[in-house]
Amino acid sequence: MTILVTDTGFTADTWDQGYTPFGEAANDVVSIDVPADTNPADIEITPTLKMVRIDFPSFADGRGFTIARMLRLTGYTGRLRAHGHVISDQYPMARRIGFDEVEISQDLAARQPQEQWKFRADWKDNDYQDRMRG
Amino acid sequence: MYTYNDFDKSFIATRNSQFRDQVERRIDGSLTEDEFKPLRLMNGLYLQLHAYMLRVAIPYGTLNGGQMRQLAFIADKWDKGYGHFTTRQNIQYNWPELRDVPDMLDALAEVGMHAIQTSGNTIRNVTADHFAGASADEIADPRPVAELIRQWSTDHPEFQFMPRKFKIAITGSPNDRAVTRAHDIGLRMVEKDGEAGFEVIVGGGLGRTPMIGKVITNFLPQEDLLPYLESVVSVWNQIGRRDNKYKARIKITVHEHGIEEIRRLVNERFAIVKGSFSGIDQVRLAQYKTHFAAPDFTVKAKAVFKDAYHSDPIFRSWADTNLSAHKADGYSIVSISIKKQGDTPGDATSDQMRLMADLAETYGHNELRISHEQNVILPHVHKSDLPALHAALKEQDLATANIGLISDIIACPGMDYCALATARSIPIAQEIATRFDDLKLEHEIGNLKIKISGCINACGHHHVGHIGILGLDRAGVENYQVTLGGDHTETAKVGDRAGHGFTAKELVPAIERVVDAYLDLRTGKDEEFIETYRRLGLAPFKAALYPEAQADAA
Ligand code: HEM
Ligand code: SF4
Repeated sequence: MTILVTDTGFTADTWDQGYTPFGEAANDVVSIDVPADTNPADIEITPTLKMVRIDFPSFADGRGFTIARMLRLTGYTGRLRAHGHVISDQYPMARRIGFDEVEISQDLAARQPQEQWKFRADWKDNDYQDRMRG
Repeated sequence: MYTYNDFDKSFIATRNSQFRDQVERRIDGSLTEDEFKPLRLMNGLYLQLHAYMLRVAIPYGTLNGGQMRQLAFIADKWDKGYGHFTTRQNIQYNWPELRDVPDMLDALAEVGMHAIQTSGNTIRNVTADHFAGASADEIADPRPVAELIRQWSTDHPEFQFMPRKFKIAITGSPNDRAVTRAHDIGLRMVEKDGEAGFEVIVGGGLGRTPMIGKVITNFLPQEDLLPYLESVVSVWNQIGRRDNKYKARIKITVHEHGIEEIRRLVNERFAIVKGSFSGIDQVRLAQYKTHFAAPDFTVKAKAVFKDAYHSDPIFRSWADTNLSAHKADGYSIVSISIKKQGDTPGDATSDQMRLMADLAETYGHNELRISHEQNVILPHVHKSDLPALHAALKEQDLATANIGLISDIIACPGMDYCALATARSIPIAQEIATRFDDLKLEHEIGNLKIKISGCINACGHHHVGHIGILGLDRAGVENYQVTLGGDHTETAKVGDRAGHGFTAKELVPAIERVVDAYLDLRTGKDEEFIETYRRLGLAPFKAALYPEAQADAA
């Protein structure tokens, strides 16, 4: 079981339709698993697509942030999830870039309990991007 | 000068309390050392040879007297009474304790300063021409734009975990004093048909693979700047190499993919990113310009200056080397040398900092600058105040008349502080400076830039020194490689490797032979070292460096 993190803290995963690996996705795909080395331009945003889960192989690998931003800028409005090694200090970055939620392992959740994630639920505050982009 | 508004203040206060919390969570084990590392780095905290090092940003090199005084206070309270000014317009404290760092950051916040993104794989402190807003030769003051970039890049959610660090420099003058061609992105303010814009240079950098940046666009309209920068960094964040940290910088990405391909990718991304900027940044830019309005220059007689210039040879020598042309009549730009021969280049004591703060307030419209050449600048001083200023500087050993001369050396910390060093660099700088001072040749030699790095990472910019020195380790013995003819200005060039290296003992005499050769070969005093080098090339200097090879050939 993995743990889902949202602004309210830890919750059980509500997504029960699984994921199609990116690359095997057909036109009517509902949800895809996107590896960090994916070129965002290759991800086709089809009308059926409801969930995109982007992998973070290591918290130090920030490619997932760029993929997420490009998906949002090119019109994807479905659910967007960061999955893997994301630490609580990165939660505001994930939310600001357009992720809805973060999926982490039990181990990581044990080491970084939910207060540490909720501490950063204020991600809308103090954001320079807001001031620069309008 | 830019003054923090409520937003900036609240941002810094929150960020500092988050860092305080991160330090505690590191101590209680919630964060592993691996996870803590990038968090402390993005807050300016390095782990060095002997201790932690805190690197404080002096954005685009500008600060006021109160800020300088606070830097002195921090040096006294939490460090050993001094700080080190670096080539990236930062000040580094070499001896803080981890538990004190949150308090140091709060002390900085009191005067509107921070250490954010001075390290780590983030967009670093943006640097600018240290004569900005004062020099006679500039098109426009680059600092309002630099401030805009500071705000855009600070805590940018997409760019906190990049392949490597990313450095941006900007100049508003055709005479490039900001080394824009050796940065990940260099910006040169230009005008086209009366419209303001930028020439954008990407993929420059020094380090182990020195590269001169390439022009990606020769005219970018001013309002496209942030979305364009974002597109460049975004493309690199996606395709930059993460498998090998020595291949991670954008200079390698540009080299491997070619500038045409990078340009194509950036333009493609720009078309998408541009729409996410509403244009509010341009409204803010217009506001920030008012923050950097020129001070009220006074008009007064200059007789005091002339008298001192004619009657006091020491003042005259200082005035001849340490002053630069100001745009306002009757004013000068004063460079204060932090390079007294024999001292550590870039180190300033707290007393020296306080004196400079006082002098800025008394004579300099309350402004100071830090140059990438590790000196401090008072950008606006009336000529009639120069004799009094000079007398005050002398009291604190700050009146060395060597700006641009052979003892005005850039040196990285090297073996004395740095965990990565393969050789000493500070003592070498001290020896060279002392030697030529003893010979009393420095003013005769004129403009000559020596730059020294203590390892291949090139923090001392040795590649672009007229004479560059790189300290290596050869089987446990320090070995210094010499490059000649490097150039850090608008005609940037990586220096030529002269030949085999020298031991620490052989090095200073070798440099002396190069300088003697120059004095011999120059057409006259007007021909600077770099000009003679360009005219004659490496050969005669190489012959001077390696006389034994000459003897063998004969
Ligand atoms: C003492 C601790 C320091 C360490 C461990 C350190 C480490 C490094 C490393 C590893 C690089 C190469 C980065 C790369 O190419 O990807 C580098 C580059 C650089 N460092 Fe430092 N540095 C230190 C101090 C300084 C200081 C004191 C200065 C300023 C005087 C400085 C200025 C620079 C500059 C300008 C570069 C850029 C060269 C380039 O990549 O274009 N560093 N540093
Ligand atoms: S050049 Fe090398 S020795 Fe010098 S500061 Fe940089 S990493 Fe350290």
